[in-house]
Amino acid sequence: MTLLMALLQRKSVAISLLFILIVVVAALFAPWLAPCDPTQQFFDGLTIEGAPLPPSADFYLGTDLLGRDLLSRIIYGARTSLIIGVVSNGIAVVIGTLVGVTAGFVRGWVGSVLMRFTDLMMSFPALLLAIALAAILHPSLWIVALVIAMVNWVQIARVIHAQTISIAAKDFVAVERTIGAGPLRILFSHLLPHLLPTILVWATLGISTTVLLEATLSFLGVGVQPPMPSWGNIIFESQTYFTSAMWLVLFPGIAIVALSLSFNLVGDALRDELDPTLKGRL
Amino acid sequence: MLGFIVRRLLIALPTLFLITLMVFSLQLLLPGDPALALAGEERDPAVIEAIREQYHLNDPIPVQYAHWLIAALHGDLGISLRNREPVTSLIVDKLPVTLELAILAMLIALVIGIAAGLVSAIKKGSRWDFGANVVALSGISVPNFWLGIMLILLISVRWGWLPASGYTSPLDSLAQNLEMMIMPAVVLGTAIAGVMMRHTRSAMISAIHADYVRTARAKGLSERVVMLKHALRNALVPVVTMGTLQFGELLSGAVLTEQVFTIPGFGKLIVDAVFNRDYAVVQGVVLFTGTVYILMNLLADLLYYLLNPRLRA
Repeated sequence: MTLLMALLQRKSVAISLLFILIVVVAALFAPWLAPCDPTQQFFDGLTIEGAPLPPSADFYLGTDLLGRDLLSRIIYGARTSLIIGVVSNGIAVVIGTLVGVTAGFVRGWVGSVLMRFTDLMMSFPALLLAIALAAILHPSLWIVALVIAMVNWVQIARVIHAQTISIAAKDFVAVERTIGAGPLRILFSHLLPHLLPTILVWATLGISTTVLLEATLSFLGVGVQPPMPSWGNIIFESQTYFTSAMWLVLFPGIAIVALSLSFNLVGDALRDELDPTLKGRL
Repeated sequence: MLGFIVRRLLIALPTLFLITLMVFSLQLLLPGDPALALAGEERDPAVIEAIREQYHLNDPIPVQYAHWLIAALHGDLGISLRNREPVTSLIVDKLPVTLELAILAMLIALVIGIAAGLVSAIKKGSRWDFGANVVALSGISVPNFWLGIMLILLISVRWGWLPASGYTSPLDSLAQNLEMMIMPAVVLGTAIAGVMMRHTRSAMISAIHADYVRTARAKGLSERVVMLKHALRNALVPVVTMGTLQFGELLSGAVLTEQVFTIPGFGKLIVDAVFNRDYAVVQGVVLFTGTVYILMNLLADLLYYLLNPRLRA
């Protein structure tokens, strides 16, 4: 609670949390909030020449190239972004933590093999790997979530690994050992509680990376597939129209930037608050 | 020094080996018979069998891997299924384009990132600091492709200042080349500038509090000399190393930037290959980038070693 109060005192974080809340509400209550069905193609949603309509009183953010309401598609797109953000980042955090803690705590050859594998994963540009995987596996919402998780756990594993090693070398862990605590007790009652702040920070920052990666993959056409709306694939679908209908690129883009920036700001603030040694330095 | 290099090379080799294994298994994951794909329209069983023989497809998998690895070591990465060109020559053709884009982007990132990081560290807590942080965070949060499209809309479509897409070789016309490259380079550079700025800032802040800076001040040196000659020079060590490690980021960014600005480079080669299911090209490109990335890591270690005299003792 005190943590939340401390965070809310920063104006940028308060605004970010408010925006995240708006996106969560939009995603949860999309059917009630969206003015139209996101897949319905309106006859009067296109000009006589068949071009999309700019924002107006009928369609607040305009229509897309098939005459669908852009606002409704963006509201439903929030679902896609959040599902992927939560699911794939959740998987990435779990894998990253497991690998990092195991490698840092067990050490020996198990640790070396795990970290060498992490290095290997690091040695590919994440986007390239994600494109290749998504192309082989035929993208759907869940495949995209999995692919993003497969490339995003690496960073977390590295941070948790370094952190585990440094905590395991601390005096209080040595003291615990001398009074006879087993490895499991040390792991669960000493290491994990100390790792929690780091995990929390990376889980928050990771959502931002995930949202961006989903948008990017969808923009390249290997992410979430239409007609399911996602902020990235709205831009992908409208590419050919973007000089004449810039609202189709502008609004979903603003949504992506705002959500990603919000999670970055909250993550940064969390890091500042949870790690007193960094306070005022970063 | 020599011992250090040898030790680092010995660590890099197993990673490289794992990469080759992974790239090779990529082709085993694929559905369909590669011999049929290579045969194209041809359906004559004798021809297909001949192809199978020629590409060692009848051999056990470890033998296939050995053949593939030996060929790759000789610079033979197979043939593009789409236009029948050797993958190696495709890579060699496209690489200079992306290299130019990457170097320009890195220059922009270094200048903006280091300058902004320096100012915000020296004037910590000021409006400058706040502004630089906002810019850095936006650089990290704005998707590359979206920034590219918005710049095209504004600068090319609305104001007509710069061409929206295309590529001219610098050998044909340097002025035209730069005109076309400047926007993509800015888009790619800003994303990395944000990261560089944050590293410079935190390294500078630790340097400002270091003993040698206090000593330099106590000697009566001017603040300018203390900051630029003593603090910045030390702070740049980790920043330069980080810069080398941004290679992967640079390449991922180039994939998108080239897609948005239709630049015929390495990134576009990858995306096109994935869409055309031209797996020989995908394999070759992944192997090539993985190898270069490991070399860049080695270079980063080496630079760190050279720039930090304390490690040499």
